[in-house]
Amino acid sequence: MKKIASVAALSAIAVGMSTAAQAEGTLDAVKDKGFVQCGVSTGLPGFSNPDEKGNWQGMDVDVCRAIAAAVLGDASKVKYIPLTAKERFTALQSGEIDVLSRNTTWTQTRDTTLGLNFAGVNYYDGQGFLVSKNLGVKSAKELDGAAVCIQSGTTTELNLSDYFKLNNMQFDPIVFDTSDQTVKGFEAGRCDVLTSDQSQLYALRIKLADPSSAMVLPEVISKEPLGPVVRQGDDQWFNIVKWSLNAMINAEELGLSSANVDSMKESSDNPSIKRLIGLEGPKGEGLGLADDWGYQIVKQVGNYGEVFERNVGAGSPLGIERGINALWNQGGFLYAPPMR
Amino acid sequence: MIINDKKLPDLPPPTSTSGPIGWLRNNLFDTPLNSILTLVIGYLLVTNLVPLIQWAFIDADWIGDSRDACTSGGACWVFVSVRLNQFLYGFYPESEYWRINTLFVLLGLLLAGMIYEKTPKRGWIALFTLVVFPVIAYFMLHGGSFGLPVVETHKWGGLTLTLVLALVGIVASLPIGVMLALGRRSHMPIVRSFCTIFIEVWRGVPLITILFMASVMLPLFAPEEIDLDKLVRALIGITLFQSAYMAEVIRAGLQAIPKGQYEAADAMGLSYWKKMGLIILPQALKIVIPGIVNTFIALFKDTSLVLIIGLFDLLAIVQSALADPKWLGYSTEGYVFVAFVFWVFCFAMSRYSQYLERKLHTGHGARQ
Repeated sequence: MKKIASVAALSAIAVGMSTAAQAEGTLDAVKDKGFVQCGVSTGLPGFSNPDEKGNWQGMDVDVCRAIAAAVLGDASKVKYIPLTAKERFTALQSGEIDVLSRNTTWTQTRDTTLGLNFAGVNYYDGQGFLVSKNLGVKSAKELDGAAVCIQSGTTTELNLSDYFKLNNMQFDPIVFDTSDQTVKGFEAGRCDVLTSDQSQLYALRIKLADPSSAMVLPEVISKEPLGPVVRQGDDQWFNIVKWSLNAMINAEELGLSSANVDSMKESSDNPSIKRLIGLEGPKGEGLGLADDWGYQIVKQVGNYGEVFERNVGAGSPLGIERGINALWNQGGFLYAPPMR
Repeated sequence: MIINDKKLPDLPPPTSTSGPIGWLRNNLFDTPLNSILTLVIGYLLVTNLVPLIQWAFIDADWIGDSRDACTSGGACWVFVSVRLNQFLYGFYPESEYWRINTLFVLLGLLLAGMIYEKTPKRGWIALFTLVVFPVIAYFMLHGGSFGLPVVETHKWGGLTLTLVLALVGIVASLPIGVMLALGRRSHMPIVRSFCTIFIEVWRGVPLITILFMASVMLPLFAPEEIDLDKLVRALIGITLFQSAYMAEVIRAGLQAIPKGQYEAADAMGLSYWKKMGLIILPQALKIVIPGIVNTFIALFKDTSLVLIIGLFDLLAIVQSALADPKWLGYSTEGYVFVAFVFWVFCFAMSRYSQYLERKLHTGHGARQ
């Protein structure tokens, strides 16, 4: 709580200053510079990390690439600024970055007191549990009296004690500092359960000597909607980021992918597809973008499903299932407003 | 009476006091306590070193290009070799690697020229290294003129960035430190109080705080037009922080010079700067070589703190590589590699300082 208070105090100063800083719209500034400045993490498996060649990849990185494709017509025109969790909001407030796409949970405090706007959700995360299969536990409700490995970080701990208190269960917390230490502790049998955000549990599981010996329990005990963030006070840029994300989700719903977007452009009679590609409908007018902005996103980055599978899903070592990150008509939460 | 005036030949020392056995007896088993310590430490060494060597060399995998190559159960150095370029050059474009290579070859030549005693005009080489080389280095690394494409600082990383941070810190903090040390001993009240306050404030704050101030607070308060690069901010922070430490090390040297030296210089009618430059500082700096190098080594290691402000020095770039989903779980190899590289540099610095001490040794104190 103390941390939140100090961030809030700091940002109160920042809000006053950042509003003055945005005399020129972010869109014009980005077009002048010729690239999007995108704040990413310093390395989070599946969300933003550099590959062997030094190219950034991940779910959060693909949001940046989609914005660059929409605004500049070239997904590669992104300048990635690696940020730690502590400096991410300041970097956005001070104008060092144009959009923050760094595994950031959308909360009331952050949305209302930091002078920032969350432009949507690109991953619904939540705190979960990793258990050894030998334990024979099928549900988190059976974890009464368990020793739990936690990576230090107050919200993880608070969520955990809330959940156990609510269910009248006891637990024995064992706190570690880094994810590597947490995994080693779990492997050495210091605890029965390891808890962290679900998206990270899959990465932690790969770090085990025998990943198949452990499983992620179905229960999710907290809500962590992660999404891109922009500065408050520049509605045009806010809209661009929001609709870049929406275009990816709508593209998946319409069956439009990077592989078939060219043929669909020629042959499709579906008016929704034609609107997304920019052949009819609102096109790029309201956003201040080129008419084919939606086409560029799908062509260069892909639809949401492709992005998910490539970075964290079946096409990646993490192998996370779609679960609640499936489309609304397939049992998940992803629902983008229509493009018309 | 028979007197044997022939000297008997010297007998060899008893075998128990010479040769390897004697050495063992004298050094490892001379008292019961030492014998026990030797056995315990020997046991620990064998039980730890054997698996370590087994892991690091015998069972290790060296060749390959994916984690599938790592099958033998030991260290997976493939993780390091696949990303070696990234660890050395950061995100610097591959076509521009030659710029970094040229720079470090040039630096190596200059250093070798300064260290080798028979090089002609060593003074000029030193001056060139300290004054002209940093300018060349800036234009080579950053580019933007002489037809070199610009490589922005956010693409710098790995060992290159570590060396840039350490070298800039070392080269800049020494002269600033000398000035601060002289200022703190000055008789002019304004100069003295300024230097004292500067030193005490910077020395009283942890480096992490300074880096945070540089990366988080400064951009909020600085006017919009001044867009100071994050690396530059970190460099200024590190330099000022280290110069405060350096000042105190050098002040210790200044205080160790006998008063007679100051008085003799005054008696010869030397001006303040000549007195300091020709008589006091050469002696003072020589005395504090261990302290100065100690500060340099600490600075070299402290540079890895920049990872908390999102600069990718050697340690940070290895950590980010550990987050690659394709390479999860090789953290031990990564950290061992980082530790080895840091050790090589720090050990080299330490050896050079010892060599320098012996070479400059002209009187004070006992020879070590």
